[in-house]
Order: sequence, then structure tokens, then C-alpha cells
Amino acid sequence: MKAFILERLRRSGPLLGLIVLSVALALTTPHFLTVNNILNVLRQVSINALIALGMTFVILTGGIDLSVGSMLALSGALAAGMIHGGVPAALAVALALFAGAAMGAANGVLVARGRLAPFIVTLATMTVYRGLTLVYTDGRPITGLGDAFGVIGRGYLFDLPLPVLWLGLGFAGSYLLLNSTVFGRHVYAVGGNEEAALHSGVATDRIKIWVYTISGLTAAAGGIILTSRLNSAQPTAGMGYELDAIAAVVLGGTSLSGGRGTLGGTLVGALIIGVLNNGLNLLNVSSFYQQVVKGAVILLAVLLDRSKAGR
Amino acid sequence: MTTPLVEMEGISKSFHGVEVLRDVGFTLYAGEVHALLGENGAGKSTLMKILSGIYRKDRGVIRIRGAIQEIDSPRRAAELGIAVIHQELDLVPTLTVAENIFLGREPRRRRRVGLDRGRMLREAREMLELLGMDLDPALPVERLSMAEQQMVEIARALLRKSEILILDEPTAALTEREIDHLFRVLRRLKQSGTGMVYISHRMEEIFRLSDRITVLRDGRVVATMRTEEATFEALIRQMVGRPLEMRYPKKSVAPGPERLVVEHLSVPGKLHDISFAVRRGEILGVAGLVGAGRSELARALFGLEPVRGGTIRLDGRPIVLRHPRDAIRAGIAFVPEDRKRQGLVLDRSVQDNVLLPTLSRLSRWGWLARGRERAEAETMIARLSIRPPDPARAVRTLSGGNQQKVVVGKWLFQTPKVLMLDEPTRGVDVGAKREMYEIMHALAREGVAILMISSDLPELLGMSDRILVLHEGRVSGRFTRSEATQEAVMIAMAGGA
Ligand SMILES: Nc1ncnc2c1ncn2[C@@H]1O[C@H](COP(=O)(O)OP(=O)(O)OP(=O)(O)O)[C@@H](O)[C@H]1O
Ligand SMILES: [Mg+2]
Repeated sequence: MKAFILERLRRSGPLLGLIVLSVALALTTPHFLTVNNILNVLRQVSINALIALGMTFVILTGGIDLSVGSMLALSGALAAGMIHGGVPAALAVALALFAGAAMGAANGVLVARGRLAPFIVTLATMTVYRGLTLVYTDGRPITGLGDAFGVIGRGYLFDLPLPVLWLGLGFAGSYLLLNSTVFGRHVYAVGGNEEAALHSGVATDRIKIWVYTISGLTAAAGGIILTSRLNSAQPTAGMGYELDAIAAVVLGGTSLSGGRGTLGGTLVGALIIGVLNNGLNLLNVSSFYQQVVKGAVILLAVLLDRSKAGR
Repeated sequence: MTTPLVEMEGISKSFHGVEVLRDVGFTLYAGEVHALLGENGAGKSTLMKILSGIYRKDRGVIRIRGAIQEIDSPRRAAELGIAVIHQELDLVPTLTVAENIFLGREPRRRRRVGLDRGRMLREAREMLELLGMDLDPALPVERLSMAEQQMVEIARALLRKSEILILDEPTAALTEREIDHLFRVLRRLKQSGTGMVYISHRMEEIFRLSDRITVLRDGRVVATMRTEEATFEALIRQMVGRPLEMRYPKKSVAPGPERLVVEHLSVPGKLHDISFAVRRGEILGVAGLVGAGRSELARALFGLEPVRGGTIRLDGRPIVLRHPRDAIRAGIAFVPEDRKRQGLVLDRSVQDNVLLPTLSRLSRWGWLARGRERAEAETMIARLSIRPPDPARAVRTLSGGNQQKVVVGKWLFQTPKVLMLDEPTRGVDVGAKREMYEIMHALAREGVAILMISSDLPELLGMSDRILVLHEGRVSGRFTRSEATQEAVMIAMAGGA
């Protein structure tokens, strides 16, 4: 019975953490628990959370994707460039998403067919995609993208910021994909025991290519939202985003060795990071200290998870 | 009488509110081999994991050499001179044989930090020779067969000169010859005063080796007796709780037309020019020593080895196998030898595992029919009497025999044309073995062509219609059921004509 309760606790650990954190902030600062601030947090979180959703698929197979920040930048720049060149916004968005997926697929092919370590592959393509972004933009921001495109990152549906809506749609889609399809089961199987998955006839290579493709797609979505929001594509956009995304996944209780974890956890993980940033800002903590606190929270969460997962 | 090395009294243990050990008493004296017997899931491994500090008991007392001890970690157990050879091997695959044997107690050069590699290799080789193994200690463990890995484990325990040695199904992966070596070593250890707990599902070993026997059933001690007072039938009755026919069941189908025909099959470096055929409803036994290429043959026929040359025909049509998916689509199923590594995703549920190859059939355009998943899993659990009958249970927590049933169950949703089984009864209790044989016969009756690899020669002789013997990647003998004698097959296994 005790073990059962512990197991439940372990599963809802991240959520509990988020609640404790929110209650603490609600008690210490009057500005935290306002509709406006909460929507604000959600909007700030949306890009990282989207990327983290794709990252979850990759990590569930036992891989890692370090190139998300660069894919975000290149997709955003491509969208901006096309709009500048007179391509209608909707088409530009679709093509940029496709480009992101293609970059992800390239990662996947190298990992699966090339039998290379995901860390190495995506470390290399992180540099390659960033370089291509610099080449494409000539190292300068692309600005002036028009109102139609601006709606994506700055618009509202009633009071709901559109980026939050995109996140909601992204979450719903990926949740169904992971939990209600054969593909999702295969993702868990590949991460849990690739050899056994192969012996069961799972096309392990194909699954791997797909998870990196999904990661490219969500990174591109993040890039489009960011570019729209800033009304410009920055060649240096998204640097370091891979770390926040990985942090969200890990905070959400997903095992880096693969096979275990949930998308709900990742969403909560992203929210923890967002709430923490927001709270520390509200409390006027210097941004230098913020980094220290963020890192410490990640360590703490992983340690707690580890001790509860023991016997 | 001398004080026992180990006294366990009133030991109880529950997992998630389910009691798996209840008021168990167990003693071990110096220089004795005490066998622990019981069905899959009876609690043998759990009791020994408590003794070796992996699990903590809920109640009870443990005395080591007369003194009460709290064994709260494997480290503490090692300090008390307790060594375990686990049912699940735990070696570091990328390290060499010698490095694994010496792991944690590497010899150092005098007053220097550097490892004494020369000494490590030398002593490791000596240790392996003592076990009758001709094995290069510089080889990484991942390149070894299961049997060889098992020997490395045993060598590691020997090195620590532990007075209390727990062997949890050490022979499950070994051939007759290796078992002989092992027993010789264990007898020597016994003479030097080591006390050993010996767990095995092979009754003949228990009679050969043990001094006393304790039978566990459903977590309780049913009986403890001296081996010379025990009889085969009585032990089985105590284990299972009812009398059980233990001979091989009689097969009632005559083989039909040829189903799988393999001609001149070669896999570079592993198999040379293999030809044979299996008929509908026929059981073809594959014999051979470790390393003879038996598993490679099955792997090649499942699309897991690069086939160079030769043809494979199924029901008259040539097939090409590049990936297990090709094999599965053609109707070939495979129960691999290492169920933990190749057969199961241990952290996932029974349901997820048993359905893994079948998911696309339970789905439409890739979308799963959730309700059907559970229903199908429950059907298979009932059909193979997998215990406990809970589809949501993580397979990691099932006993060995039940894990094996899950692996077999993966292939029974749609009757395969060819079923290949690599050591299907390894680590499986007498009752479950019998069930496994009956499943095989039932499938044969449905026209399945069965290819069975086994190191258990009596089993192979008892079950097969014909036997194919491999030696160093080539066919070294073919026998019909009436020609096959233990002796003739063994000569062919050793490469003799
Ligand atoms: N970590 C665990 N969590 C939950 N249940 C467990 C765990 N370990 C073992 N069990 C359960 O305890 C019971 C006894 O298991 P144990 O492994 O001791 O059996 P065993 O006698 O060694 O069987 P086998 O001959 O198959 O190895 C089984 O029902 C098993 O499912
Ligand atoms: Mg056991």
C-alpha cells in the first residue's frame, strides 16, 4: 500500500511541484495570481513547451535533439524571407513548417541509418543549421513582415493569446499521436528496449526518423511564432533553447534513457520553468540569480525523482 | 551440531500488498548444497534477494554464523561473505571478461595506481580454466554467448572466495558439458566448506548435487528434507500441489507437406551451406554446442542476419528476409533465447509486450482500438495461464516462467506458419514446461512448422520428430526420431560423423 502511494506520488510529483511553487508565489506576491499574469506566463511558456513536446518524442526513444534552437532560427528566417519575397503568409508558414520537418528528418536519417549517436549528430547539425541561417540572412535580421503574419504570435482569440492556442493544439495532437496510435506504442517500445522492439517486427529505424521529424516540426512552429511575435527573424534566435526544452522534459519526469515519460509531464515541466522565471521577476530577483535558482530546481527535481524511484 | 552459516526465520515479504513470502524458514550449513525448489513465482528468487540485500524483509530474523544481521544492501551481504549468481546476468557488456571478473577489486601494481593488467589476465585465465572454460579473458563480454557469460559470473563469485554462495538457476543457459564442469567446481567448493543455495528447475541436477531440499509453494515452505529421502514424484507433487505427468506429451499429428525449405543458406562467418526442410505440423529439433550457429540460424530466418547465398522457400514460394517485419509478414515467428534482452520491454506492461507485434492488426489507419487491446491481452493471459492474470502488470515483476509465456504469447494471436523457439523452456518450472510442450503440440496440430533449439538433450529427443545437428556453422548430423539416441546426437554435436 505504501509503495502504491509512493508510486502515485512519483507520477504526480512534477504537478505537485508546480502547485507548491504557484501557491508559494501567490502568497508572496500579489501580482502572481491574476488572470493577466497567468495568461502572460502561458504565452511566454508556449514556444519552449512546443519545442519540448517534440523533444519528448525524441527522448522517449532514448535520443536527444540539440539542434532545435537552430532549426527554430532557420525555419523562422525562411518564413520571414519568403514573406519578404511576396509569398502569402499562409503558404510561407506551411513551407517553413515543412522545412523544419525536413531538417528533423535529416537528423533522424543520420541517427537511424548512419548508426550515429544522437548527441553527436544533433550537435553537428546544430552548427550546420545555425550556419545556414547566417548564410540565408546574411547575418542580419529580416524585419517588416506585415499584419497577416503578425497575428500568429501577437493575436488573440477573445482573451486568449494565440501562441497559447497553438500550444494547446500541439499538445492535443501530440498527445493523441503518442497515446492512441501504433506509432506511439512503438516509440515507447524502441526507447524501452530497442532490441526487443526489433525482434517484435517494429521498424525501429523508421520510428527514429519520425521522432526527429516531429522535433523539427515543433521547433519550426516555435520559430514561426517567435518570428511573428518579434515581427522580425533574428539569425541568432533560439540559441540555448535546446537546454530549456530538455529541462522541461526532464522536470516532467521523462527518463533520459528512454522508454518512460509523458507529454503531460513535459507540459508541467515547461510550466514550472515559466512560473519560476515569472515569479523571480515579480520578486525582483536579479537575472543572474535566476539562472542559479533554475539550475538548482532542476537538480532538486531529478534528485527527488531518483530517491522515490528507488526500492 | 555446528552453528549454521545462515539461519532465516519467519521471513515475510509483500510487494504492493501481495504477500510473496510468508513465515519462511531456511538454514544453510557449511559444506552443504541446499536446493530450493518451487514453481515459477513461488518466491525462490525473492527469498535469496532478501538474503543478499537486494530486497528488505518485512518480518523475520536472519542470523549469519549465529549472529543476527540486518542485511540492508548488497554491499553488506558481500561483507558477510555472501555472493550471488543471479538468474539475470549482471555483467558490464563493454568491459572485457577479465575486467568483469575483477570489477571492484582490480589488482594494483605495488604502490602505484596503475592496474596490473597482466596479472588480471593471467588470473582470469586460471579462474576460467578451473571452470574448464577455454575463453579469452581479453574479449569484451558482449561478444560472449549466454553460457560463456554465465561462466564469467561464476568466476567472479569464486574470486571473492565467498563462504555463502547463492546460485539462482546457474545452468539454465549451459550445455551438458559445461554443467559437468560447473558441478565439479561446486563439489570442490563444497569440500572446502562453502555453503551453497542452489535454485534450479532441472530436477536431475538437484538429485545429482544437493544434500538437502526445501520446497516452496506460493511463498510458503512445504517441506525440507534430505535429498536421499526425496523422490521425483513426491517433489513434484509438493511443488505443484497435485500429481503431474512429467513425461513428454505424445504427439498426435503426422507431419504434412513441406512448409519451410532452406537450401544452401550461408551467413558470412557464421553459417555455411545449411540445407533442411520442416513440414507442416512437424517439430524439428536443432542441436549443437554453444557457438555452433543454432541461434544464428534462427536469426537468419527471422531477417536478423545478413544472408549471403542460398534460398528460403515458404509453402513453395521463395522469400527474402531483410528485417524481422519481412519474416513476420511471411508468417514466421521467433521466440529468442535471451528473453530479457530480445524478448521483452521490461518496464512496460504484460499487455503492451504481448501485443507489440500485433498492434497494427488492432488498429485502423494507425489508431488503436483501446478496448480491444485489453480484451485481447486478457484472452492471451487466460490461454497461457500467465500469472498473475493482470494485463497492466510490468513484466519486470513477473517470474521467469511467466515472462517466457508472455514472449510466446506475442506470436499466438495469429497462428504463424513457422514458429522458431530458441531455448523455450530455459528457467521455466516443471508445470510451465509441460504447458509449453502442450502449446507446441497444439500448434503443430494446426499445421505450424516448429523449429526448436534446445540445449536440454532429453527435451530435444522427447519433443522432436527429427533432429538437425550443427557443428561450427555446418550441418553435422540429421536424425529421425527413431534414429536419435542421446549418444549419437552428442557425437554429431562434437563434430564426429
Ligand atoms: N519487484 C517486484 N515487484 C512486485 N512483485 C514482485 C517483484 N519481484 C517478485 N515479485 C513477485 O513475487 C513472486 C515471487 O517471485 P520470485 O521471482 O521470487 O519467484 P521464483 O520462485 O524465483 O520464480 P522463477 O522460478 O520463475 O524464477 C512472483 O509472483 C513475482 O511476480
Ligand atoms: Mg527466480
